Amino acid sequence: MTEPRKAVALISGGLDSMLAAKLIKNQGVHVEGINFFTGFCVEGHTHAIRASKQDKPKRNNALWSAEQVGIKLHIIDVIDEYKDIVINPKHGYGTHLNPCLDCKGFMVKKAREWMETNGFDFIITGEVVGQRPMSQRKDTMPVVARESGAFDRLLRPLCAKILPPTLPEREGWVDREKLLDFSGRNRKPQMALATEFGFEDYAQPAGGCCFLTDGNYTRRLGDLWEHRGDKRYELDDILLLKIGRHLRPRPHFKMIVAREEGETNFLQGYRRDFTHLFATSHSGPLVLIEGDVTDEDLLLAARLTARFGQGRSADQVTVEIHPRAGVSRALHVSPLPPNEIPESWYL
Amino acid sequence: MSHHQLDARRLLCPLPVIRTQNRVQTLEPGDTLEVICTDPGALYDIPAWCRMYGHEVTGTEQTHDELRITVRIGSGGG
Repeated sequence: MTEPRKAVALISGGLDSMLAAKLIKNQGVHVEGINFFTGFCVEGHTHAIRASKQDKPKRNNALWSAEQVGIKLHIIDVIDEYKDIVINPKHGYGTHLNPCLDCKGFMVKKAREWMETNGFDFIITGEVVGQRPMSQRKDTMPVVARESGAFDRLLRPLCAKILPPTLPEREGWVDREKLLDFSGRNRKPQMALATEFGFEDYAQPAGGCCFLTDGNYTRRLGDLWEHRGDKRYELDDILLLKIGRHLRPRPHFKMIVAREEGETNFLQGYRRDFTHLFATSHSGPLVLIEGDVTDEDLLLAARLTARFGQGRSADQVTVEIHPRAGVSRALHVSPLPPNEIPESWYL
Repeated sequence: MSHHQLDARRLLCPLPVIRTQNRVQTLEPGDTLEVICTDPGALYDIPAWCRMYGHEVTGTEQTHDELRITVRIGSGGG
């Protein structure tokens, strides 16, 4: 008996990749999943951090969907390699700082390398022609196949029938007639197929699963790069951009203000790396300061810290300041009135 | 058979799973690995990953701010 052919499926945690993997597995192909962690994934982090998100399932959707399909999942940390994609995308950005076409090419290339190392035969993705404005168009899909080096070993089962036959189809490793012809942004065919497969619960991220497609997030990232003077980041930088209110009251410093208990708890882990403030006379948020600050800046930061706590209407609030290097002290300040906080300070 | 520890505190999903997966690849069947983490998502993710690869979660301990998940390594690799 011949060994079944082997496919590696890019599993994002969303419905489409789950359906694509299931379609191919149902044809008797041995399928294993692969998921790349870039640091910009939406799921998980905010749910883990924010107390207000505690009702959401605390799970990694890629793991969860692979388990539903009945395949193994390999999760690969690509944080460092991915920086070049975010910083220098050959095909440019989408609406925000989303390098979708470069990103897809990168992930398929990594999957192709994994396929070659592990003796697999082809790659599958959940892409659908016309579903995304940048990376899932009929004219850009061949770019991904070519630039990743996967060429015709890249199969998109959900829309294969409206694309030229790939190697797995021509060789009969999969039956093209059992593949699909989905196109466009209509989600009904996917939902019907999910029902057919018995998938009752699946992730439906609004606006995609990557923070780089989020205007609020990328405004903060753009601000980080602008004030550092170059485009670079570490994992902690991009995690902190997801958390709290961000204000830049002066060009040389920024404040990260926790919005609730879960965020305060998370930011506690960064106290040693940042000058930080919190009110002691009233309940209030933990505030981190990024940048070098003067005494005058600290007074402003303390008044802002008072403004975002329970003492916002009090005449005076006591705020403790813990410099990154130096001696801690307390200031008694009046909370900054809302009309003295320009909208332009908010990132 | 030996016992090992992995410090995954302060790491957020899916990094505790990635670190667990990478560490398990260096261990032998029968070894145990105690993963210490702070992200509550690990309570779902690490057992889910173990089910896929045939490893057994032999215990979970949860304190106010830490989780300890003990895994006995099977023969399924990582």
